[in-house]
Amino acid sequence: MTIPSTIRLQREPFDVAEEAAKLTHGHVGIGAVVTFTGICRGSEGGERIDALTLEHYPGMAEAEIERHVEEAKQRWPLAGVTVIHRYGRIKPGENIVVVITASAHRQAAFAAAEFLMDYLKTRAPFWKQVEAAGGRTWVEAKSTDDEAAGRWRRKQAAE
Amino acid sequence: MKLRYFAWVRERVGKPEEDIAVPADVRTAADLMHWLAGRGEEYAHAFANPKVIRIAIDRAHVQASASIAAASEIAFFPPMTGG
Repeated sequence: MTIPSTIRLQREPFDVAEEAAKLTHGHVGIGAVVTFTGICRGSEGGERIDALTLEHYPGMAEAEIERHVEEAKQRWPLAGVTVIHRYGRIKPGENIVVVITASAHRQAAFAAAEFLMDYLKTRAPFWKQVEAAGGRTWVEAKSTDDEAAGRWRRKQAAE
Repeated sequence: MKLRYFAWVRERVGKPEEDIAVPADVRTAADLMHWLAGRGEEYAHAFANPKVIRIAIDRAHVQASASIAAASEIAFFPPMTGG
């Protein structure tokens, strides 16, 4: 039985409640839904920002997200997954990304959502550029994101 | 072979993509970065620190030691900041 998943890349804002409702509609086996939304903050490093522009690698971004959604489905008993990631110009307060996971029980839904976000932060080909009073600057990747993604790597020997 | 550049790599090279005939003795992605760096100042600037550059061959992440022999598309970009 294939577990339904929705993966979308788009410029336009999305409606989190609507996407969560689509995922669970008609399902009687779902007991837990976890939703993570990433939002554009109004400041970066103490400085007020006007906008974030997200560049992406069309084709690879979808493929990478799909690879990680497939891994999440293998590792946890999920009933459904939705990942939507915007690109283009995004203003403070607007949504950037949403990850929704559904399962019979909460442990899988929480773990899969966190796993997917940690991988989205480090392996999905998107690059953020900040627009602020001083001009445009590329956001630098954080080592804490790499460390977060690293803790999901499974120990080969033990299995 | 199609080469694609993203974010500040794209800005430094001055274009988002190009089609290049890569010499046969350029075997790995690391070799390719080194060869590209010799093509002009803009390339030298983009690939000045090859250790921070991430590479994808045919839209999948690879290490710098990966062979480029069977590649049709190779992309170079900085560490990612999505999510």
